[in-house]
Amino acid sequence: MTQRCYLLILELIKFFITIIMLLAVDLALVIEKLVLIIIVVMSSLVVAMYATYGERKVAAALQDRRGPNRAGPFGLLQPLADGLKLFFKEEIIPNFSSKFLFILGPCLAMLTAMMTGAVIPWGEKVHFFERDISLQIADINIGILYVFGVVSMGVYGIMIGSWASNNKFSLMGGLRAASQIISYELPMGLALIALLMVTGTLSLKTMVEYQVLSDHWYAWNVFKQPLGFLIFLICVFAECNRTPFDLAEAENELIGGYHTEYSSMKLGFYLFAEYINMFISSAVVTCLFFGGYDIPFVNDAHLAESVGANWMALMHVGMLFAKIVFFLFLFMWVRWTIPRFRYDQLMNLGWKTLIPLALFNMLVTGALVLLHQNNWHF
Amino acid sequence: MQALTNRAKSVDRRPLSLLERAYLPAIFKGMTITFGHMFKKRPTINYPEKTRPFSPVFRGLHILNRDEEGRENCTACGLCAVACPAEAITMEAAERKPGEENLYREEKYAAKYEINMLRCIFCGLCEEACPKDAIYLSETFAPANFQRKGFIYGKPDLLIPDPVKEPEAYAKAKGNRAKKNN
Repeated sequence: MTQRCYLLILELIKFFITIIMLLAVDLALVIEKLVLIIIVVMSSLVVAMYATYGERKVAAALQDRRGPNRAGPFGLLQPLADGLKLFFKEEIIPNFSSKFLFILGPCLAMLTAMMTGAVIPWGEKVHFFERDISLQIADINIGILYVFGVVSMGVYGIMIGSWASNNKFSLMGGLRAASQIISYELPMGLALIALLMVTGTLSLKTMVEYQVLSDHWYAWNVFKQPLGFLIFLICVFAECNRTPFDLAEAENELIGGYHTEYSSMKLGFYLFAEYINMFISSAVVTCLFFGGYDIPFVNDAHLAESVGANWMALMHVGMLFAKIVFFLFLFMWVRWTIPRFRYDQLMNLGWKTLIPLALFNMLVTGALVLLHQNNWHF
Repeated sequence: MQALTNRAKSVDRRPLSLLERAYLPAIFKGMTITFGHMFKKRPTINYPEKTRPFSPVFRGLHILNRDEEGRENCTACGLCAVACPAEAITMEAAERKPGEENLYREEKYAAKYEINMLRCIFCGLCEEACPKDAIYLSETFAPANFQRKGFIYGKPDLLIPDPVKEPEAYAKAKGNRAKKNN
C-alpha cells in the first residue's frame, strides 16, 4: 500500500515537472513562488499560534491579571504546549454524524483561512540572486474580489461542520454563522465600492502603491474614507466571528456553537482558522485603509538611497506586521470590552444601520469623485 | 413610595438620544476604560515564587518545642488532647530512663504524639492549654497529600529541630509566633 502511494506521488511529481517543461515556465519563478508560499503559510501559522498567546495575555492585562507565564520565559512556550495538547487529545467522531463532512468541515475552514494570504502584498520587490522577487504570491488584478470570495467560502467550513455534527446546538451555531456572514457581506461590499471609486483599482498591490506614492498627509485611504473604514471594520469583526458578533460560538447559549461536537486537532483547526482569519483580515484592512507596508512620514525614494532596496523592503514588511499586530490587538481589545450582541440586534445593525450608511457613503463618495474629475465644477 | 434605604437610585428611563443610539461613543468610552486597566497594578502575585506574609495571628501547623538545650518540653500530660475540640491529638506517655536527661526535660515524655491534620481545625486551643510551652502553631500549613495517612503527623514531623545541633533550622522552624508565648 505504502509502496503504491509512494509510486503515485512520484508519478504526480513527474507529471507536474513535464507540465512545467511543456509550458516552458521559468523554473526559478516556480521555486521562488513556492518558497514565498511556504514562508507565508508558515508565518501565518506562527502568527496565529502567538495570537492565541497574545489573546490570553491581552485579556489578562485588560482584566488586571497576569496571563500564562509558566511555560518558558513569560509563558512564551504556552502555544506550543496548547498545540501539543490538542494533538494528543482523543479524537471523537460522533456515531450519528456524517463522517466525511465532519472531517471536511475543519479542513475547509483551515484551507480558506490559509488561501487568503495569496494576494496580500507583503512588501516591495527584493533583489536576490540577480532576480527581482515580488513579495506577493499572486498579484491578480481582482485581488480584493478574490479575498471576498475566499473569505465568504470560510463559512462553508463552519456550516458543513455544524450540519455534519448532527447536534442542535451545532446546527444553531452554523445557521447563525451563515446568516450573519451573508448579512454583513453586503455592507462590507458596499463600503468597499466607495473605496474602489476613490482608488480606481481592484488590485491590492496597486491600491497599496497608490497610498505609498502619495506624499500628502492624507495619503492613507482611511482619511479619505473614514465612514467606509468604520463600516468595513465592523463587518470584518462580524466576518471573523469575533466578539461582539461571536454568535456562532456563543458559549453561554449554545455550549460551543458550531464546534460543540469537535475535539482534538479538528477543534484546534477551527480555533486556529479563526486566528488566521483575524491575521489575514488585519492584513487586508491595513492594505486597504492604512497604507499597507507604507512607513508613515518617510519618503521611500530617500530611504532606498540611504539603506538599499532590500533593507527597505524588509523594513516595509516589518511596518506591515506592526500595523497587523495593532489590528490584532484591536480585535482582542474589543473582545474584552464589548459584550455580545443579541441576534435581533445583530440583524438590525447589519440591515437597518450599516447597509443604509454604506449606501449613503457610496453615493456621497461617487458624487465627490465625479466632481473631482470635473475639477470641482457642477 | 418611600425608599427603604438611602442607597436607592432612580433609573433614567428616557428614550436614548441619537448619540447614545449611535453606540460608538459608548464603545470608545468602554475601550478607554479597559485600556486604562492595562497599566494598573496587578493584584495577582507569582505564587510559588512569591508568597504573601501571613498575618501575625495566623495559626498553621503544630510544632513540638524544645528548650534551649535541645530537650523536648512535652511531658505528655494530655491537656492539649483534652482541650482539642476536634479530638485530633493522641499521645502515649513514657517514663524517662536514666541517661536520657539530654533528650527530655522532665521525667515523663511523649513516646508517641500524633495529630490528625484532617481533623485539626487549627483553633490553637492546644497551644493555650499547654502548661509547658511545648506545642504551638507555626506559620506554615499542611502540604497536600495523596493519602489520608499522610495527614497523620507523628513526632518526627512535629518536633522542632535541635537548637544545639541545627541552630539555623531551629530558628527557621521557630518563626515569630513562639516568642509571643515565651
